[in-house]
Amino acid sequence: MEIATQTQFHVLAVDDSSLERKLIEKLLKTSYQVFLYSVTTVDSGSKALEFLGLKEDQKSNASTFPYQKETKVNLIITDYCMPGMSGYDLLKKIKESSALRDIPVVILSSENVPSRVTRCLEEGAEAFFLKPLKFSDLARLEPHLSKSKNTPEKHNLFKSKTVMMKKRNKRKREEEHDEMHETVGVTGPKLKLTPSD
Amino acid sequence: MDVSMLQRTYTDLLTSLFREGILNQQFIELQQLQDENNPGFVNEVVSLFFEDAGRLITELISNFNQQAVDYKKVDAYVHQLKGSSASIGAEKIRSVCQTFREYYDKNDIQGCYNCIQPLKQEFMTFKSKLEALFALEQQIVAAGGSIPMMRH
Repeated sequence: MEIATQTQFHVLAVDDSSLERKLIEKLLKTSYQVFLYSVTTVDSGSKALEFLGLKEDQKSNASTFPYQKETKVNLIITDYCMPGMSGYDLLKKIKESSALRDIPVVILSSENVPSRVTRCLEEGAEAFFLKPLKFSDLARLEPHLSKSKNTPEKHNLFKSKTVMMKKRNKRKREEEHDEMHETVGVTGPKLKLTPSD
Repeated sequence: MDVSMLQRTYTDLLTSLFREGILNQQFIELQQLQDENNPGFVNEVVSLFFEDAGRLITELISNFNQQAVDYKKVDAYVHQLKGSSASIGAEKIRSVCQTFREYYDKNDIQGCYNCIQPLKQEFMTFKSKLEALFALEQQIVAAGGSIPMMRH
């Protein structure tokens, strides 16, 4: 029982489109098959903050809404373009909060705008991916997730049958993917951006 | 009904959708997310798209018919439509949205306007083709067959 709790992986996905939320949830559930997981989806930045126990207008270190251990989130995936609070604004609030700043945040965007990417990565986003999100994006994310406290470090989170099947055709798919979108790199010591045509 | 004939019709239809550029690789990604536990997943997602896109296109057309068009609002609708069509692999719709936004960025009103009818047309084509595809799937399953997987 205790072991199960330790390997439980909880993702919070934020997107104003119900279609996108459905897709992200399915993608996550299919990729992270091996472990007990849960995915929570919300349709706005303010709902995300509420879920995380932080009030929107609250000073970051106030303890009025303490972060509940039971709802501990291991990863936040958020859309960039949302009405009201943008994904960037949400990222800022999270990184400003002492309770939440260690949670990896991934930004999703339908547009490859280099200044946008830089801004998000500088603000502390773990990665910036172009939509639609793919299995290969989640696989690239994995080394960055093992930094976070509750993530089992020795396990390959992506050892699901589906992902292994897909890896056979990975290169061809990536070529086709790159034809349609410029692929944006994940943060690390070097930021890789492929130039747009 | 002969199952193998249904399956062949299905494969032909799906192949033609790719050949004509109506669908792209993202649609295959969606199909790969579907499994025995979630057999209606693609259907559900595409149905969501029909609703979303239908609503957005109606709003777009009604906005364009007004005296003073709010182009910023229109562009926001197109942005949403572009995003959701990209997410399900509706390539032609995505492409027209892209063209619209390029015209918008250049302040080319006529160019923007010229995209509206094609957008509506592409959506209607997409809807009818995918409804046909799903109908075939139902027939195949009802006849005891399995839905052929697309090899890419």
